[in-house]
Order: sequence, then structure tokens, then C-alpha cells
Amino acid sequence: MTEQLQELAAHIELRQPELVSSTAITLDELTIEAVSSDIPALIEFLKSDEQCRFASLVDITAIDYPGDERRFCVVYHFLSMYRNQRIRVKTYVREEEIVPSITDIHPSANWFEREVFDMFGILFSGHPDLRRILTDYGFRGYPLRKDFPTTGYTEVRYDEVQKRVVYEPVSLTQEYRQFDFMSPWEGAEYVLPGDEKGEKA
Amino acid sequence: MMDGDLSPRGYEDALTGEQKIRNFNINFGPQHPAAHGVLRLVLELDGEIVERCDPHIGLLHRGTEKLMESRTYLQNLPYLDRLDYVSPMNQEHAWCLAIERLTGTEVPRRAQLVRVLYSEIGRILSHILNITTQAMDVGALTPPLWGFEEREKLMVFYERACGARLHAAYFRPGGVHQDLPPDLIDDIEAWCEDFPRVMADIDGLLTENRIFKQRNVNIAVVSEEEIMEWGFSGVMARGSGLAWDLRRAQPYECYDEFDFLIPTGKNGDCYDRYLVRMEEMRQSVSIMKQAIAKLREPEGQGDVLARGKLTPPKRGDMKTSMESLIHHFKLYTEGFHVPAGEVYAAVEAPKGEFGVYMVSDGTNKPYRAKLRAPGYLHLQAMDHIAKGHQLADVAAIIGTLDVVFGEIDR
Repeated sequence: MTEQLQELAAHIELRQPELVSSTAITLDELTIEAVSSDIPALIEFLKSDEQCRFASLVDITAIDYPGDERRFCVVYHFLSMYRNQRIRVKTYVREEEIVPSITDIHPSANWFEREVFDMFGILFSGHPDLRRILTDYGFRGYPLRKDFPTTGYTEVRYDEVQKRVVYEPVSLTQEYRQFDFMSPWEGAEYVLPGDEKGEKA
Repeated sequence: MMDGDLSPRGYEDALTGEQKIRNFNINFGPQHPAAHGVLRLVLELDGEIVERCDPHIGLLHRGTEKLMESRTYLQNLPYLDRLDYVSPMNQEHAWCLAIERLTGTEVPRRAQLVRVLYSEIGRILSHILNITTQAMDVGALTPPLWGFEEREKLMVFYERACGARLHAAYFRPGGVHQDLPPDLIDDIEAWCEDFPRVMADIDGLLTENRIFKQRNVNIAVVSEEEIMEWGFSGVMARGSGLAWDLRRAQPYECYDEFDFLIPTGKNGDCYDRYLVRMEEMRQSVSIMKQAIAKLREPEGQGDVLARGKLTPPKRGDMKTSMESLIHHFKLYTEGFHVPAGEVYAAVEAPKGEFGVYMVSDGTNKPYRAKLRAPGYLHLQAMDHIAKGHQLADVAAIIGTLDVVFGEIDR
């Protein structure tokens, strides 16, 4: 399997050297990195090239790395039913950067790009209908960004007085628990409560 | 001007051509019995012909992927049950495979066989539900009543293996939670002998039924090109003659040892997909029988968990060994750490390719987990498929797409 992937990676790099920034094979999976502006050309090549034929789009998603200069990583997965191979294409983008849409090449990218926009706020240029898809009508914020709290900002309930559903800021009876599993013996960087005195002494 | 408008001028205008006849917009769902859950379709109709179909999804969105980022790998496992809740174990399977591939864990043979056995039970659970409710959508009432009786029996098998009828949490990274008792294996075998009789009953009700055929033949025809364009998988691809099955093409677990056929359709319409699902159930029963036979062989005996950091120690060890006790405590509080890396693990779920894309940063929680649901892509093509069909066919099409909102909305 790995040999075939190496052949495939070499083929793609040979044919499209200017589109591919790097290739890597980990855990029997081939990952290609590219610049976001080259994404449509690269994917068109992967779809039409006789050796690749990655005709079906499996998934588009993104990963948030807050603090990095290029904050988001947009990840595409493709499958070739003809060659029985999979490929992953990655591109790193800055927060305000717009990614070209691939809906012209793969119509099935439509909802995936909407979902990425909905969850991460990444914009896609050339998308026919970039609306929110999974979140509520009128939702604000991008839930899958790391700086969005898991509890969200608003909660809904039915109000007996107003006889309608009302939106209110979240009020939790108990703080949302984030457990800290870092052992103080394994180089935790913070000072445990009560240890401040020890530091001074 | 609406349909109910009875002003005499309205008629005159229509006759003289002064009044334009415009398309009619209706909301289908989210509270419609044929919407299979919480689907809201905004349909634009020209008479009875669907001109445009805009599915509004997300009414069952629970933020599973966000929740997963703040829980350990083991705590996340039960979320997978709540995706496609008619075949829960198939989803767990993908999650476990992803973790096992990242950590390089070898699953013991007996656990692999149990997984195959229960994956096929899941497939039958899902297909029975789909076939019978799709038949109900097009007017047949008896199939669901007969089919659900079998689902009930299968869910009892779920319960006897793991204690829960629906949300199993049975497949664990490194194996399955507990071993099957021998009498359960006997009972599953007895069920496998009896099930073809029920299949024949449903077959007799539907396959040559005139109404069923009128409602399904030549409806929602899908071509090979459309499969690629819209990313179809599973029965949606096989119904059109593409023999694509991950169990055969990219075998996982020990599916390569099993002898089964991949049924395909010829015309790619709703009726062919129905036939493919029926035949897949027969193949699943055959796989189950083979799995049971292998479970009884000497090679099929042994532990059902790869004992190590991923899995709890044996109960007996905990009574005598301090290390086991510490390990048990740490496993269920802190959880296990997964080496940094990324992996995409896919299984052939009853509805198509279900995949988990997992990005690990070396801690005890996934940095990012993306759940790739087959129904998401199938429903996306709704506008494309339903265009030009009658309003009554929309119900048949939703049925044949096999959508379950747990997995689409996540």
C-alpha cells in the first residue's frame, strides 16, 4: 500500500511541481500540502488525471490553531473508487484569508464549505450560496473555533409571560468543568494553589 | 394571489392571460412523518412538479464535534452511538479503528469476530428500518409492523451483549467491552435460521407489489457520474451498478476472511436500491453465520480486549495487583494518551461510508474530530435528485436516501 502511495506522490509531484508544497505519507495515508490559491487547480488535476482519478470528494473540514500566523488548516479528503486510493489535501490559511471554492469541480463541496464557514468562519470565494447550515437561524459566532466556549453564549427557553421562545445569556448553576490532568511531577507550568509560598522560600 | 382566492376577477385574469400563474412554495416538515426526523424542506412547486428543493438541516445539531474536544477518547465513544441511532455500533467501530490505528493496537481475534457479528446486526437493523418505513411512506402499512418485530429481537441481542438496547458503547478501543456468553451466540444463530422466513414475508409483500413498484420504479434515477459528483457511497452507489463496498475494497477488521457477495442494482432507481438492501440483509445473515462458526473454533477463543494502556485490567488482577488498580483508576479518570498525528478511518456503515477524521496532539483528548456522515452528502443531492419529480415522490426519495438526522446534524 505504502509503495503505491509513494508512486502516486512522486507522480503528482512530477506532474504538478508548482502546485504541491510538500507530500508526506503517515499511517498509510498520503497528505499533500498546497497554497490555498492553488487548491482548485490541484483538485482539478487530481480529479481528471488518469493516474489519480480522485473523482469523489469524501470530506472537507478545518482545524483551528489559535496563535499560529496561519490560523486555520483546511483539510480535503478524496477517494478514487477506480484506483482504490485515498488522498488528503491540506492548506493553511490566515484568519481573514478567503479560500477559493471547489464547488465547480465537485458539486458535493457545497454543503461541506457551508459547514466550514458555519463552524470556523472561513469564507469561500465563488461559492453559490454561502449560508449557515447546522447552527440556528440567526446564530452568531463560529462554534468550532477554539476560543468559542463549549457552552456557547445564549440559551433558549419558552417564556410563559411573553408566550414565545426567548434567547438569554447562558447562566450555569455550576461552572463548566474542565479537568486538569497535567501531573505536577511532569513539568506543569503553573503554580498549584498553596505553592506560592514555597516558591518564595 | 393565493389558491383560495375566489374573486371573480381572478378567473377573468387567468382566462385573458393578464394574471401570471406563479410557483407555489411549501414547507415540508420539520414535523412531517415522512421527513424521517427533523428535516425541513422548502419546496418550490410548479403545480405538482418540484422545481427547487432547499433542505434546511441542523435542527438536531448538538455540537458533537465541539463536545468531543473537551472529553477523553473513551468518554467520547458514546457520542458515536447518538449519530446514526439505528445502527449505533457501526459508528463506534470507526472511532475505535481511528484510535487503534493511531496507537498501533492489535485487536484480538475474538474481539474482531464479535465486532463483525455486531456490525452486521447493525446493518440489518438499519436496512429493516429503511425498507419498511420507505414502504410506509409510499403507502404500505404492514411491512413496518413485521419488520420492527425483528428489530426488537436484534435489539435484545444488543442488550444481552452490553446492557443497552440502543446506545451500546460496546466497541472499545482495543476490542469489545465484554465477551459474549455462549447461549447468546446460540440464540443469534437460531435467529439467523429464522430470519429468512421474515425476509420472504416482506419480499412477498413488496417486491412484486403493483403499488410499491409504481411508486419506486424509475424514481430518483442515479447515474455513475452523479455518484462521483455528489460523493455517494453505500447503497446509493451500489444501486446504480457500482460494486463499491469498503468491506471488500479496503478491508478492515477481518472482513477479508468472510465470504459474501456485493449486490448491485442495474437502473439506479428507488426500486433497485430497495432490492440491493434486501439482498444485503441476506448477505449479512450469511456473514453472521460465518462469524458464529469462527467464534466457536479454537482460534476464535481468548480475550476480547487487547490488554494494555488502552483497556482496563482484568477484574481479578485488580484484587491482587496494585499496578492494575492504579491503571484502572487512571484509565477512567485521565484516560489514555494517543500519540500526536492524524488519521482518517472509514467503515462501511449501513448508509454508506462513515468516517472519523481524528487529529491528536498527544494528550488524552482529541484536538479535532470530524465525523463524516454518508447521509450528509446524500441529502445534499436532494435538490438535484428531486427536481422534476412530483411532490408525492419527495417522500419516496427521502426514504430511499436513507437519512437519519442524528448523523447529518451531528
